[in-house]
Amino acid sequence: MNHTRRNFLKFAGLTAAGLCVASAWSVMAAAAKSATEKVSEKALQAKRWAMVIDTKRVGTKEAIDVLAKACHAVHNVPDIPGRQNVKWIWGAGFDEAFDQPNNFMDESVEKREFVLLCNHCASPSCVRVCPTQATYQRPDGIVAMDYHRCIGCRYCMAACPYGSRSFNFMEPRLHLDLSKLNKEFPTRMRGVVEKCNFCVELLAKGKMPACVEASQGALVFGDLSDPASEVRKVLREHYTIRRKPALGTEPSVYYII
Amino acid sequence: MKLYNGGKIITGLVIFLGLFLTPLAYNAGKAAYSQPKLKMPEIEKECIESKETMRTKHMQILNEWRDSALRDGKRVYVNSKGKEFEISLQNTCMKCHTNKAEFCDKCHNDASVTPYCWDCHIQPEGLKK
Repeated sequence: MNHTRRNFLKFAGLTAAGLCVASAWSVMAAAAKSATEKVSEKALQAKRWAMVIDTKRVGTKEAIDVLAKACHAVHNVPDIPGRQNVKWIWGAGFDEAFDQPNNFMDESVEKREFVLLCNHCASPSCVRVCPTQATYQRPDGIVAMDYHRCIGCRYCMAACPYGSRSFNFMEPRLHLDLSKLNKEFPTRMRGVVEKCNFCVELLAKGKMPACVEASQGALVFGDLSDPASEVRKVLREHYTIRRKPALGTEPSVYYII
Repeated sequence: MKLYNGGKIITGLVIFLGLFLTPLAYNAGKAAYSQPKLKMPEIEKECIESKETMRTKHMQILNEWRDSALRDGKRVYVNSKGKEFEISLQNTCMKCHTNKAEFCDKCHNDASVTPYCWDCHIQPEGLKK
């Protein structure tokens, strides 16, 4: 065989091609065998989760307490007396909730209590300021938290215009009834911020959020991007408002007045 | 050749070597380290991956599980044999390993590591005041 430049180049090219194919093959074979993660078939999915609250039906402290009890039991939220309390869902009057005081309001709205919770905004200011990305927006619109990463700087609490976030000033387990914990869900620790998570862990199992289940139909939950969804139907049929729309955070929680 | 201050230097060296070797002397004659006996689950024989993988990689797997469940919303783990598990420390791992003190703590204590899992996650034994 004569050693020409042409033969040498052919041989070198073939060798290089062979090495590429072999390494690609081994990577693909390893990928086919190795473990993966996937979304459960049972999980409820949406492009943007949203909630509509009928304030005519849940408009008293007692009615809101029922929802708060259901939520706080599922998520092991402590009840701490005083200003250091932790809350995921709570109630407030019209002025506090909507920032548009009115001296001469009709009596029913004036006396009504409004359910307040994290708005799961489309452009959440808490996510923008978080230095560790402990709070983040999921593709389905839920603003979630990774408590492992939270360093307790409380920038998110300063950024949230709705007061939806609570800080654990003390060990939350001291204020929980340890015999009645929900053992399927963790607690939090001292020094992290926490808030409503739209019950992501229940949605992943194909269940509706705890407050929606406890509301007997007064809270409607569904996909805002789907025109045929229950929330969109309710929004078409009723006059609704959102909290502090002028701030441009685009809340996903709507109130029927 | 003359060693200046020889007495002091030699004494110093002897003291230094003596102190340096105390751990060896202290442990001389004691039995070698043996791996702790763990309480294995009775209801299940196989973990999500092989014993060797779990022994060396459970921390990385738990980290991947956390990010997958929380950030990507993928809460089902398909292992290398194709079997499916819910991604959850409390609801999957600890449903079989029902005793943290007899399982996790044994090796962690020996290795002197204190992972912060149980600051938030609830151990299967429950919590006491």
